[in-house]
Amino acid sequence: MAEPKTYKFNTKSLHTGHQPDKNFGSRAVPIYQSTSYLFQDSDHAAALFNLEQGGHIYTRISNPTIAVLEERVAALEGGSSALATASGMSAMMLAILSICSAGDHIVASSQLYGGSFNLLRLTLPRFGIETTFVKPRDIEGFKKAIQPNTKLIFGELIGNPGIEILNLPEISKISQEAHIPLIIDGTFNTPYLCNLFDLGADVIIHSLTKWMAGHGTSIGGIIVEKGQFDWKKDNKFPTMTEPYPGYHGLSFAEEFGPAALTMRARAEGMRDFGPCMSPVNAFNILMGIETLSLRMDKHISNTKIMVDYLSKNENVSWVNHPSLHNHPDHELAKKLLPNGQGSMIAFGVKGGRKAGQAFIDSMKLTSHLANVGDAKSLVIHPASTTHSQMDKKSLELAGLTEDMIRFSVGLEDMEDIINDFENGFRAAKKINK
Amino acid sequence: MHIDVHNKKTFYSSSGREIDLNQPTIIFVHGSGLTHVTWVLQTRYFAFHGYNTIAVDLPGHGYSDGPPLETIEEMADWVSGLINVLGVKKASYVGHSQGCLIGLEFAYRYPEKLQLLALINGSLSMKMNPELLSLAQNKDQRAVDLMMDWVHGPLGQIGGHPVPGLNHIGMGNQLVKSNNNGTLGYDFGACDKYINGLKAAQSIKTPTICIIGKHDRMTPKKVGLELSKAINNSETNIIEDSGHMSILETASETLSLLKKFFKKYN
Repeated sequence: MAEPKTYKFNTKSLHTGHQPDKNFGSRAVPIYQSTSYLFQDSDHAAALFNLEQGGHIYTRISNPTIAVLEERVAALEGGSSALATASGMSAMMLAILSICSAGDHIVASSQLYGGSFNLLRLTLPRFGIETTFVKPRDIEGFKKAIQPNTKLIFGELIGNPGIEILNLPEISKISQEAHIPLIIDGTFNTPYLCNLFDLGADVIIHSLTKWMAGHGTSIGGIIVEKGQFDWKKDNKFPTMTEPYPGYHGLSFAEEFGPAALTMRARAEGMRDFGPCMSPVNAFNILMGIETLSLRMDKHISNTKIMVDYLSKNENVSWVNHPSLHNHPDHELAKKLLPNGQGSMIAFGVKGGRKAGQAFIDSMKLTSHLANVGDAKSLVIHPASTTHSQMDKKSLELAGLTEDMIRFSVGLEDMEDIINDFENGFRAAKKINK
Repeated sequence: MHIDVHNKKTFYSSSGREIDLNQPTIIFVHGSGLTHVTWVLQTRYFAFHGYNTIAVDLPGHGYSDGPPLETIEEMADWVSGLINVLGVKKASYVGHSQGCLIGLEFAYRYPEKLQLLALINGSLSMKMNPELLSLAQNKDQRAVDLMMDWVHGPLGQIGGHPVPGLNHIGMGNQLVKSNNNGTLGYDFGACDKYINGLKAAQSIKTPTICIIGKHDRMTPKKVGLELSKAINNSETNIIEDSGHMSILETASETLSLLKKFFKKYN
């Protein structure tokens, strides 16, 4: 039986999207730190502006370095296309605004990154887009929440910070039945731990800032489009199907088919909202992606060490990670994430809020900051930081407790992190006395 | 845009432009298992430079109702029917891969309706690899995976899509999957059965351009040259960096060649 010889995951991580340039043979992806690109003549300029041919006009719309990143992530996910953005939040915003208009409705998991939750809860309603939140394990609740004007379902496979696992195959059945796209934030899993398209997502967004870039240097996001969603069916998605006056009556679905959303988000979203990535950030993120599989394997093996350590620690009141047998989604997580269930651990320090703060304040090696997915180990107290803008009811809805420590397991020797934690627990104990 | 051809709902893209019967018309016909979307980097130019562009979805493909047609001869008749419905007397024809076989047969059967002919990544016949044909006819996903491998040259395999953000293999994969499962098997079967290519090519008197990809593994350079040689009034162009998907892998070069060709005769 003949086997396709198309490139595999690690090769794609290193090569896809980049042909060494013919002028200098640069092996690394060059950083095209240029705002704009020479037109060959006025016909060429007109052709680029009218999407008659591919190419770059202005870095807000597209850039050669960023295009390599976009193509590489699209290839790693198995999608038709991708659009890189200034941040994960702007990827989410552009994906939604390319589909939804005032009067439309979203169904979303209630277990989301605080910024995502607030965009849906507070900001989009000001523009006439309302969201109904459903607890991630309430599958039937997703179905019931769908209205005639619902245009998409949004969720995270690995919920932040509660680490619930969304039953994507089941939610996908609901979105397919209602014929609405399922948009999944895949930041915590990356394409290495699972393929969200195979599990039923239609669109993936990532904060590339996290594990994909992996080194805590660069902010970035991306929208990846699978290319299978039929925008024309049922006439429910006018931004994709109706003639767009901005491009001489262009219908994005008809003209670009599997890349319709990507093209709309770029042609309109980048043109009018403009949250573009910087070329240097694209380069930094590409460097991270080159070692994605190596880093993720190490993140996962280190996570196992830390889950074992925390589970046996008398100073810890509870530990939450999907690899644990007592995690409510353990079996689902094993099925959906066979290569590892992520490197985020949540745990409670005995003694509650003050003990938790004392633990964090005594960290010497583990960094206390508002990020995850760095090569370095990170901790934070969500109730007083990332999710601090939420009221008590919203915190409860998001599954947060006041004693929760969110721990992003890094790539250090875990013995050193354990020593750091031991200091933290000693400090917490003093508070408890 | 939807019209009825042979009593079936047929989709074509005109890049959002109205058909103007005072303008020359070009019909673009896609390859096996694909749709009109493959032409976007050629059609939009012609649509905004004085041509009616009709990038069709063959029956059972994209937005056109099925079932797919089973022979190249039926497809050639269908193109003739399309021209009748459009209300134009003559049209130019641009085909890719399987679309070239349809173009040959259309030129043979309906020479009076053909203005200019462009054959991209074509050949006189397309005997299919038996394993690939069998997989496609059994609706096996591996047929699409193998096709994506074999249709892309070194450039398409690595990437560097002319449209920022698009990925050759991912886009092609999703395009094939956007058709009803089984369409690819019908197309490969039609290509495999077609035997009139040489006779059809030798009958052509219309000015013709043949565009060949140097790294084409589906219709290699050698068979592309045989096609061109069989057509009397044909010019041959080989694109250095291209595999079988010249219309996407080397979209700008393909467009430049088409622009020159149409300019020369119009």
